[in-house]
Amino acid sequence: MRETEALKQIARGLRRDIVEMIYRAGSGHPGGSLSIADLITALYFDEMNQSSDRVGDPARDRFVLSKGHTAPALYAALAKAGYFDREELWKLRQVGAMLQGHPDRKGTPGVDASTGSLGLGISAACGMAKAAKLYGDAYRVYAILGDGELEEGQVWEAFLFAAHYKLDNLCVIIDANGLQIDGPVCEVMNVEPIEEKLRAFGFATAVIDGHDFPAIFSAFDKARETKGAPFAVIAKTVKGKGVSFMENNAAWHGSAPNAEQFEQAMKELEEEDA
Amino acid sequence: MKDLGKLATRDAYGQALADLATQYDFVVLDADLSKSTKTATFRKVCPERFVNCGIAEGNMMGVAAGIASTGRPAFASTFAMFAAGRAYDSVRNGIGYPHLNVKIAATHTGISVGEDGATHQCIEDIALMRAIPGMVVCCPADGPSTAAAVRCALEHDGPVYLRLGRLAVPTLYEDLSGFAFGKGILLREGSDAVIVAVGLMTARALAAAESLAEKGIQVAVIDMHTVKPLDEALLLEWAEKTGAVVTAEEHTILGGLGSAVAECLGEHRPTVLQRVGVRDLFGSSGKAEEVLTAYGLTAQAIEEAVCTAIARKSLR
Repeated sequence: MRETEALKQIARGLRRDIVEMIYRAGSGHPGGSLSIADLITALYFDEMNQSSDRVGDPARDRFVLSKGHTAPALYAALAKAGYFDREELWKLRQVGAMLQGHPDRKGTPGVDASTGSLGLGISAACGMAKAAKLYGDAYRVYAILGDGELEEGQVWEAFLFAAHYKLDNLCVIIDANGLQIDGPVCEVMNVEPIEEKLRAFGFATAVIDGHDFPAIFSAFDKARETKGAPFAVIAKTVKGKGVSFMENNAAWHGSAPNAEQFEQAMKELEEEDA
Repeated sequence: MKDLGKLATRDAYGQALADLATQYDFVVLDADLSKSTKTATFRKVCPERFVNCGIAEGNMMGVAAGIASTGRPAFASTFAMFAAGRAYDSVRNGIGYPHLNVKIAATHTGISVGEDGATHQCIEDIALMRAIPGMVVCCPADGPSTAAAVRCALEHDGPVYLRLGRLAVPTLYEDLSGFAFGKGILLREGSDAVIVAVGLMTARALAAAESLAEKGIQVAVIDMHTVKPLDEALLLEWAEKTGAVVTAEEHTILGGLGSAVAECLGEHRPTVLQRVGVRDLFGSSGKAEEVLTAYGLTAQAIEEAVCTAIARKSLR
């Protein structure tokens, strides 16, 4: 559809659901969930060849949320796309609930990989992409990683693998929000320059504003046109995007808003509609 | 014991993969050790379904999970130290938690790795793998049972850990038509004690039983190739019949077969138990047979453990 206004509307809805889910659960990771809301909107409501009536279809595109702690963003998208009842969102992180604190492939329709231990999802994504190459399948694989996640050594093992096997059906998206639990990524353990590193590892790359839909799609187009190499979209994002007091604040990596903060966040996310 | 020759379980593994390549659709992964793990035997006949992951075991397990998630079983092989040790998180979270159809075939288990020493002698892998919900843990005793286990692994929907060895071990079986995960094999009957063994210790248990028989002590021997799920019925039956149990494993006695047997007996039928295994130590370099002897993983040590167990019976 690629209609920026409509997608913005969806993303705003996802952000509201993310905040409400985490507020109701009393725990969770709002910062990084909000930073990928636009990317995940672009993937699920335009880019990816998937739909809720094709769960288990071997030809569908795959999505791996390697930064599994931002599951609320994925859950909000899956609910919106009809993979499961929206009411499930309000049971997030509860005993017996379908929606676990981190994505669970076994229990949640639409979740392609169980993730949460950082650096693991990208390996699974490489496996899915390699399987497509081995068997001549046409599906594509998308994986979102955090910039802090790049500190995990296994990520670079996976990147070597992706380039070595020329996985041009793999599109890696780095959610470069610049913050991790203990503070700015550049202070905790610098991962920059990300683009140069990825190029040196054999990736074709694009650096974009991860909240700008036309830019996101032009990167995805470039990824699909790239042959013989995996593609990495380095998406510059704002952690906590859309909620003023959460934006660019590492303290909102993994804490839930209180009632007052929740009200304010929802108000801000509503005002944006105007 | 009839002499049926010797074969390392890793060799039987590579051959079984090659033999089954046309009958089953599966992918084989390795981490730069294909000549040692013997997945190279498969690669020779089916290069199009072989994926070398380089020296990156954590990634290999994740890649295997990703492949399995698309519906094709995957065998991932490396040394046990790197499969169960280094890659534990990938195995636990990437394969075990989503219960994916990955068969982790780890070679170079135990101290019979020999000269390479403690860093390469994994004696904790049964404990690590057994703790993962839904993981089948199988440690075949010889070549033919390894081939049977590979076939069982392909027929089984879910994660399997196959514990294989580097050292050539005596072939025990001619017919394995009834081989199944979770079904121990009674190799010998006896009323004084039962030896429950896995892997290369099974042949040693048989040798110990033969030697004891010459001294008038009748000992049953069970090949408990599957440590998880444990064949509790068979274990309890023979614990009841004999009143003395000896376990024998090429693994630390903490968390392996001996522990599994102790847990079962403790809950269902407290019985005198002696565990033969590595006693909370790291391995060390040396010729395989010499290292096994130095750590007390011999027929003689099993024999002594049986005598101790039988003596303890009368104290109860």
